[in-house]
Amino acid sequence: MSAGSPAEYISHHIQNLTFGKHSDGTWGFAHTAKEATEMGFMAINVDTMFWSLLTGVVFCWLFRKVAVSASVQKPSKWQSVVELAFEMVAGSVRDAFHGRNALIGPLALTIFVWIFLMNLMDLVPVDWVPYVSQQMGISHMKMVPTTDVNATFGMSLSVFALMIYYGIKVKGVGGFLGELAFHPFGKALLPVNLVLETVSLIAKPLSLSLRLFGNMFAGELVFVLIAALVPFYLQWLLSVPWAIFHILVITLQAYIFMMLTIVYLSQSHESHDSH
Amino acid sequence: MNMNLTLIGQAISFAIFVWFCLKYVWPPILKALEERETRIADGLAAAERGKHELELAEQRATDLMRDGKDKAQDFIVQAQKRADEIVEAAKQAAREEADRIKAAKMAEIEQERNQARDELRAQVARLAVAGAEQILLREIDENAHRDVLDKLAANL
Repeated sequence: MSAGSPAEYISHHIQNLTFGKHSDGTWGFAHTAKEATEMGFMAINVDTMFWSLLTGVVFCWLFRKVAVSASVQKPSKWQSVVELAFEMVAGSVRDAFHGRNALIGPLALTIFVWIFLMNLMDLVPVDWVPYVSQQMGISHMKMVPTTDVNATFGMSLSVFALMIYYGIKVKGVGGFLGELAFHPFGKALLPVNLVLETVSLIAKPLSLSLRLFGNMFAGELVFVLIAALVPFYLQWLLSVPWAIFHILVITLQAYIFMMLTIVYLSQSHESHDSH
Repeated sequence: MNMNLTLIGQAISFAIFVWFCLKYVWPPILKALEERETRIADGLAAAERGKHELELAEQRATDLMRDGKDKAQDFIVQAQKRADEIVEAAKQAAREEADRIKAAKMAEIEQERNQARDELRAQVARLAVAGAEQILLREIDENAHRDVLDKLAANL
């Protein structure tokens, strides 16, 4: 634990390693939360990018390895694990997605495994990596990309873009706008429809990313709180049960994100007229 | 909780990972799984077919066995009959042979008897001639009276 009060410890642990332009015009890492905020949009959370890219590459590498060496007759143990994940995702897509689109399966698989791996970083004890990083001269290190809203919004907004793209592609601009305007109350209440549908449309990516962020951030915060407030010889009493429970949470959150993506994209592939 | 360029960076990496998955991960795994599915289905079908064929073969084997048994039974009956016939024929042949031998012996005996009788006649004729010679006390020319003596012998 770094020196200082629990409050300092906690705020240190929930701050990203942000690189950007300081208010005095020089470039560099933000040392405090205030500095990071002042950098505005033109800054980048290096730790989030690093860990998310690392987990993403690990995902691609592991799955590509299986894809290349996939044996029909004698699957290796690791191949079985990959196939399990694959069949779970493929089954979900078959059940929930009613259109025809070759992108949905790979998209859902990437979402599920990538988010799962990013969430998995949460189970690494909270001080290990930040401590090592500090010894190496890196001031902040938040290991779990999904506890950064940028990461979750990056994904949910991509999904949102796909929703709109396929909505327009499948139904045409008129059909897409018509769904916003003439549903659920018919043409007479067009303004009400427009407000309702727009809100519900925008709520989708918001809820998608904030649900994941909220769960993971809260989980991380509980670990940090345990580490900050409980004497080290008693921490395991709280952190171990929480970690075990968290295994469920990280899988569930990855699954929910994937499932909702499939459902949302399925909705943009089918028109309301068929209802 | 600052929104910054990380958002864009995440979106870009997300797109790249999805593209990679779409291009290099999903299709081979899907292919392998589908291939396995077909193989399993084929295997099950083959097993089913094999079972069916086994049943047929068993049926055929039972039929053949019953057939064989019937045929064997027939053979036994026929052989029995044939054996009886052979024994009967042998008996018959033996009986005939016996009859033939008996007949031959009878003929031989008859012939010998006849021969003995002929000899006896000849001797009787000679005795008669000798008797007559003695009775007449003179020699009768055997050559001159041969035809008479033969006639006599034939009448005995």
